[in-house]
Amino acid sequence: MAYNKKVIDHYENPRNVGSFESSEKNVGTGLVGAPSCGDVMKLQIKVDSQGLIIDAKFKTFGCGSAIASSSLVTEKIKGKTLQEAGSIRNSDIANELDLPPVKRHCSVLAEDAIRAAIRDYQEKIAK
Amino acid sequence: MAKNLIYLDYQATTPCDPRVLEKMIPYLCEKYGNPHSRNHAFGWDAESAVESARQQVAKIINAESKEIIFTSGATESNNLALKGAAEFYGDKKKHIITCVTEHKCVLDTCRHLEQKGFSVTYLPVHKNGLIDLETLKEAFTEETLLVSIMAVNNEIGVIQPLREIGALCRERNVFFHTDAAQAVGKIPLDVNEMNIDLLSISAHKMYGPMGIGALYVRRNPRVRLKAQINGGGQERGMRSGTLSPALCVGLGEACVLSQEKMSQESARIRYYAHLFCKKIMEALPEVYLNGDKDSRVPGNLNLSFAHVEGEGLMMAIKNLCVSSGSACTSASLEPSYVLRALGVSEELAHTSLRIGIGRFTKKEEIELAADQIITAVNKLRDMSPLWEMAQAGIDVSSIDWASH
Repeated sequence: MAYNKKVIDHYENPRNVGSFESSEKNVGTGLVGAPSCGDVMKLQIKVDSQGLIIDAKFKTFGCGSAIASSSLVTEKIKGKTLQEAGSIRNSDIANELDLPPVKRHCSVLAEDAIRAAIRDYQEKIAK
Repeated sequence: MAKNLIYLDYQATTPCDPRVLEKMIPYLCEKYGNPHSRNHAFGWDAESAVESARQQVAKIINAESKEIIFTSGATESNNLALKGAAEFYGDKKKHIITCVTEHKCVLDTCRHLEQKGFSVTYLPVHKNGLIDLETLKEAFTEETLLVSIMAVNNEIGVIQPLREIGALCRERNVFFHTDAAQAVGKIPLDVNEMNIDLLSISAHKMYGPMGIGALYVRRNPRVRLKAQINGGGQERGMRSGTLSPALCVGLGEACVLSQEKMSQESARIRYYAHLFCKKIMEALPEVYLNGDKDSRVPGNLNLSFAHVEGEGLMMAIKNLCVSSGSACTSASLEPSYVLRALGVSEELAHTSLRIGIGRFTKKEEIELAADQIITAVNKLRDMSPLWEMAQAGIDVSSIDWASH
């Protein structure tokens, strides 16, 4: 199966790979997927006092489409408010990367990762 | 095709040896007769080519040429062996024993026979991929017609104890069929010493052309099969249809070449596999060889690279043509059933690559491939949350993952 150009670009030059210290108060961490299913995504967001996502990082265990989906997501959410980021849908990611049906679950996972990171951040703040 | 490709997928298929092709060509253009035409020279020429190919095929497994039936490949041979025997003897004996790591064409044929009223025992395998002979002994019943156990596994390369299985079957008057697609030409096979009654062969796994294979059918004690393809009664009535002399000659020549050079070739491939493994294991921690380390063909290395997903890895080494147990591309998204049967965790099954080394593999290619895999695994581990957790001492299996 040949990959879409954008997938290859994100796979070969992944944006924002890495980790933030997850104990920091302004960091939200989302860890989704399962090793037994062949993909795990860790997405972290850094949020400023205005509720803007000022930075994002990811690490992903998975196929090229999973890595590309998470890389794309870090680009998309940077500079967005939590609400804006939370409204990103898997179909936006899948369409942008032109994922074939068998790979759409990668984009679903990426959407889950955004929500999980936001939720983690909000829970921290509420404490 | 892209340049700089390194082919390391010899279990999927092998290139046709140029010496094989050379022998085939005359039977496509000049000597184009139908081998079943009995009344002119074109037919006689073609027939004699087919018959000498049949002898060459017989020789590599120490059989008689009359015991070789040409087919379209190992899938057809396996279908003919299992369905043919089941339909011929099915009113007396209705039980078949096979193994969970068999090729899909054996497993699917067994499922088909189950629907037709046969009972099938699927033997489990040990962690090393080999069946347990005691479990096999216990599986025999008065009703057992046939045991079908592959010689060499296509995914992990392990060699099943054929001689022992053959002896157990013969003592009980049960037929022994083996799918030897990955074994012929790679390990010595002797149908008499091993008490094999039916044996499937594929040409394109042994440097012959695609589209032809053979089934060995023992004549003494005789095994009878119900034909699955009806017609002019060719191949002792067991497989009708005009034979392709070119393809038959190709399979025959592939057998001759493999038999001649088997021990040398095997030693060279073993050396390359050793080089490859050494390089990988020295550079990378947490790499595991799947399948028994001794009872295996040297040209098959199935390795799990912990915390790196196989398909993602393949994308990073895109000029290396290998195969992954991850099967993330398949519609099912299930990891390899063979690795799962070995008790390899689903997680590790997703991280496996099958590296196939063969006749035309060069030493430089092996070294280059190892280097590229090492670079890719390091890059992907740096990107892997599982690797990060493992390095931090977090037990990945202790996390309550949500499956999706």
